[in-house]
Amino acid sequence: MRFLLGRLGFYLLAAWVTLTVNFVLPRLMPGDPAAALFARFQGRLSPQALQSLQTAFGLSHASLASQYWSYLARVAHGDLGISIAYFPASVEEVVASGLLWTLFLAGGSLVVSYLLGSLLGIAVGWWRGGWLDSILPPALAFLGAFPYFWLAMVMLYLGGFVAGWFPLGHAYRDDLTPGFNAAFALDVLRHAELPMASIVLATLGGWLLTMRNSLISVLGSDYIRLAWAKGLSPPRVVFRYAVRNALLPSLASFGMSLGFVLGGSLLTEIVFSYPGQGYLLVQAVRGQDFPLMQGIFLAITLSVLGANFLVDVLTAWLDPRTAHP
Amino acid sequence: MTADSSPRRSGGAADFLRQNARASFGLGLLLLFGTVALVGPFFVPAPDALLGLPHQAPSWAHWLGTTGQGQDVLAQTVVGTRLSLLIGLGVGLSTVVWGALVGMTAGYFGDRTDAVLSLITNVFLVIPGLPLAIVLAAYLPAGPLSVALVLVITGWAWNARVLRAQTLALRQRDFVSAAVVSGESSGWIIVREILPNMLTILVAQLIGSTIYAIGAEVGLEFLGLGDLSTVTWGTNLYWASNDSALLTGAWWTYLPSGLCVALVGFALVMLNSGFDQVTNPRLRSEGRWRSALLGRGVFLGQSTPVVSP
Repeated sequence: MRFLLGRLGFYLLAAWVTLTVNFVLPRLMPGDPAAALFARFQGRLSPQALQSLQTAFGLSHASLASQYWSYLARVAHGDLGISIAYFPASVEEVVASGLLWTLFLAGGSLVVSYLLGSLLGIAVGWWRGGWLDSILPPALAFLGAFPYFWLAMVMLYLGGFVAGWFPLGHAYRDDLTPGFNAAFALDVLRHAELPMASIVLATLGGWLLTMRNSLISVLGSDYIRLAWAKGLSPPRVVFRYAVRNALLPSLASFGMSLGFVLGGSLLTEIVFSYPGQGYLLVQAVRGQDFPLMQGIFLAITLSVLGANFLVDVLTAWLDPRTAHP
Repeated sequence: MTADSSPRRSGGAADFLRQNARASFGLGLLLLFGTVALVGPFFVPAPDALLGLPHQAPSWAHWLGTTGQGQDVLAQTVVGTRLSLLIGLGVGLSTVVWGALVGMTAGYFGDRTDAVLSLITNVFLVIPGLPLAIVLAAYLPAGPLSVALVLVITGWAWNARVLRAQTLALRQRDFVSAAVVSGESSGWIIVREILPNMLTILVAQLIGSTIYAIGAEVGLEFLGLGDLSTVTWGTNLYWASNDSALLTGAWWTYLPSGLCVALVGFALVMLNSGFDQVTNPRLRSEGRWRSALLGRGVFLGQSTPVVSP
């Protein structure tokens, strides 16, 4: 419990740093993004939006401290300001519309990649030195060296345009209305296949190697020798005895890799015009929509912090040694 | 006790390369790219000159076709090599230096210094890099220097963590205690006693950080956050996507730049794993059986999401 409280405190601190960076950044930067924005949107913004921009960029005449407090209070109420690219929608509405898609895409690919990579790692670690072991790791390392989004472009071109096997983009068909029914769920899965496959392909190698190396070191330990001596069948020794312990090191890096994968999936979304945060981000960059960019940054960072905490809870439950060193 | 005391010396660099196919392959590929970066731009037409019709497939006139604007793709790829590699290497070097500074200070002084610096390091590790980089880059004036600065800010933490752990371990060793007792200053001990014993890790980190830097740089520029008037692999991909290369089936506009990124990354991974085989005592001293097993593993750099323990 003390371990988890400590972790929680750490994530709260990280969240506070994130919020503060978000506050300080526009006020610190050279040049004046706000002035440029005002010039561009002269006469097109409602007084309400102008005021929201002014508070966001620190143009109000209040002292920094009081600006900071009102900023924190606004964020606590979920008020992130007004988006410029999607005017007059508020940033939190725009971000919320894409957050679930991004978490679905990144989280789904991460889980698939973790399971598949770990399974391959078990196979490669078990038949170490075999042909699989000499082909798979270097091949996946090569794939892992490609930028995620570039891999996505090639797969979209080959699987979507040339072969026509997969839909060319978006999260679901235009003529379907979102809802909890089988047709919609199937269509969402169908549209997610290619983007997920490209992320999985790029990240598989890392999981495979972590699993392989930790399995090899676990297989050399005494309790495995005992399991063999008891005459247990190989599948039982591998899956019930070795894998359960070999999984722990890769679980520990699960949380941290979520940040990497989210970053990669942002770029992948752009390639597939997937309606998540990445797609919004491009609109924000093109439209110089600073409030939206910051809102996306906040949403993604807080999601990653939350996910990391969940992984810590899971690790503490699976491996009591982490909580009681 | 300085560098001479490192665990073993196996011949010179030439020996190392002859024995290690992986490292020599990686180094060879890198040298090829380095040569292209240095002299390539003198042999191709200006990358932004409009030389032909837009989106022409590869032909004798334009070996890799033309972009959506009618520029020569080969010229863009070759010229882009220089700045892409420069940013990658510069960022890699800076993140290692900054990471070493923070990590070694934390590891050497311990106590409260360590607590504060480790906390900062861990916070930077847990905040996702790309979203932070995007927000930073959006506020800075567009240009290669901004991109480099942003990538250093988001990339140093992992180096700091590894080097802190290593410094902590070395701090316990007798030769460091001896130096402390003989009254050497802290700075002197860090630079003369501890640093030389971490050279192999530093080189591995430099390789890993460069892989990270090139990948992240391409990602940022692909988003349109770089200076779009410069030519790099990232801006090439940005323009390819902007000119809807995918919709028109113009595969030749985005294939070369991405392939170059991957080849450089792969070469660095190969160099790293070859280097690891030779210098990592754990891969050598724990018996031939074990080293033969582990030696087959390709050790990935930081561009992949999994952080090996």
